[in-house]
Amino acid sequence: MKSKSKSTLIRSLALHGLLAPLAIIWLFPLWMMFVFSTMPDYGIFSPGIILTPSTGFMDNVRNLQADTNFIGAMTISIVVAIVYTVLSVMLTSMAGWALARYQFAGRPGVIGIILGTITLPYSVVVIPQFIMVARDFGLANSWVALIVPPLFNSLGVLFMRQAFSMMPGELFDAARVEGVKEWQIFLRIALPLARPTMAALAIILFLASWNNYLWPLLINSRPGMMTAPVALGTLIGLTRVSWGGIMAGAVMLTAPILVIFVLLQRHFIAGIAAGAIK
Amino acid sequence: MAELSLNNIVKRYGSLEIIHGANLEVKDGEFVVFVGPSGCGKSTLLRMIAGLEDISGGELKIGGRVVNDMEPADRGIAMVFQSYALYPHLTVEQNLNFGLRMNGNPKADTDRRVKQASEILQITELMQRRPKQLSGGQRQRVAIGRAIVREPQIFLFDEPLSNLDAELRVQMRVEISRLHKKLGTTMIYVTHDQTEAMTLADKIVVLRSGNIEQVGAPLDLYDDPANQFVAGFVGSPKMNFLRAEVVDNQPGRVGVALRDQRNVRLSLPITAAGVEIGEHVTLGVRPEHFLDAGRGDADLTVDVDVAEHLGNTSYIYANIAGGEQIVIEREESRNTGNRDTLTVALSAAKTFLFDGAGNRLR
Repeated sequence: MKSKSKSTLIRSLALHGLLAPLAIIWLFPLWMMFVFSTMPDYGIFSPGIILTPSTGFMDNVRNLQADTNFIGAMTISIVVAIVYTVLSVMLTSMAGWALARYQFAGRPGVIGIILGTITLPYSVVVIPQFIMVARDFGLANSWVALIVPPLFNSLGVLFMRQAFSMMPGELFDAARVEGVKEWQIFLRIALPLARPTMAALAIILFLASWNNYLWPLLINSRPGMMTAPVALGTLIGLTRVSWGGIMAGAVMLTAPILVIFVLLQRHFIAGIAAGAIK
Repeated sequence: MAELSLNNIVKRYGSLEIIHGANLEVKDGEFVVFVGPSGCGKSTLLRMIAGLEDISGGELKIGGRVVNDMEPADRGIAMVFQSYALYPHLTVEQNLNFGLRMNGNPKADTDRRVKQASEILQITELMQRRPKQLSGGQRQRVAIGRAIVREPQIFLFDEPLSNLDAELRVQMRVEISRLHKKLGTTMIYVTHDQTEAMTLADKIVVLRSGNIEQVGAPLDLYDDPANQFVAGFVGSPKMNFLRAEVVDNQPGRVGVALRDQRNVRLSLPITAAGVEIGEHVTLGVRPEHFLDAGRGDADLTVDVDVAEHLGNTSYIYANIAGGEQIVIEREESRNTGNRDTLTVALSAAKTFLFDGAGNRLR
């Protein structure tokens, strides 16, 4: 027993010894972002590296707010991300359910196309998407244009399809024998059982929308409708870059995500593992 | 309660035919067991009756109505699945009333049915638990309860006991039998376990490769199997099959000799029209039908391999000349295992004869 606990201790120490430097390397840029967000612009470019925070965070935030109405942009980002996440989870769940549980003509082809779209880089899609949404549909500078085009997320569809495929078919057969309607089976049985996967997907989709820079930048030229990353981008001017403001904005953008991740971590990992292992 | 009628039922997946024209009549209140090896089509047939598989051909009637194209819920059936198929996120009570709630059944009636089912199955104290907090036997009861609350005309059971351990299986088997007596409803039960079939059924349907081989009462199948497959499937341990040859064919009597021990000859009281002398046949003897040496119609000496002693009875695994292994059931004989050889007797009246294609010769 004694030797066993000793070997466990040594293993644990070795593991921590290996992982701790990796964690520091990963956390260092985040820490420096926070440190820079507390400094005036000239402090950031001082010759020596300063590793401790200063006291100028609120000044940077005030400047950021004055330059970009950052609180307004954050609000828009939050609304867009929440609406996008809810709608996209609903849509991808329904598509995943259909692909997992119904046999219909052309199903393998549909799955193939969805898989294929994952391999396309976004930069290939973004121009035709812009032309279609802005010119053909005339939806530039609208909430619809901001939220709807990225809604159908291929990865999300495959993620949800996997979750539904793994559920025992007899559960749904039992419900059918009981006369439960298809939409009730989906809503009352399949979705509650897919909750961990949906939580993980929700985080992934929320992050994707929260960090999305290119599409909101392209489709939206009205200053009052800028999302937070786009607002931060405007601080990079031709003659002057407000690094203090950018870093303060980056901290404000990162903090809510970190909180959400820490709170939902259990679901997130369970969801990913469910998709990967089962 | 209702009768069930299968009229030339066919199931195809593309060009592959799985069920080849099944015909069966089930009377109101009967307990019918579909039995057969894995892949024989028994579960597919049950799922076709339930409406979970389309019927490719033929006519299925429940209570006199043709139900081929009817939704499962409208057929008046309830089904108990092998995996129990309980909704893991719902409590026992919610599992029981889920279907009725979703269909807008009046709450008072739903509550009455759930209460009644829970009392019949003695699960009233489990109502607020979730499936993962239940043992295998308790889960099975809840699954049966969920079927009972539908007040179906026909219960369908798809290998409901195969996930339980041996002891619990025996216990639940008795409970299902008791439930059938109490409710008096028609029940169709699928299993690959012939003991379950023999103990539960009013009528057994033996299936092989999508064909119904024989339908009959359990003891009728045991006493009078239609062919070698049924003879081998019904009875435990299974019937021994010995290679034999026709040596004589008189009106009303056929003489056979074992091919591996030609001195062992039997004269069977059967007609077997068309069987010719020299034709290869199979002699079927149940392990329990071997007699003590000298007390039957022919003696057979075997090399003892292994003896299993179960207390009141022994199973002796032995080889006859030529290497064929047979099983002999005897009243407990503790010294048999120590012997090298054993002589037993065959009784012509308790022996079956099958032709080369496995058909029974009568």
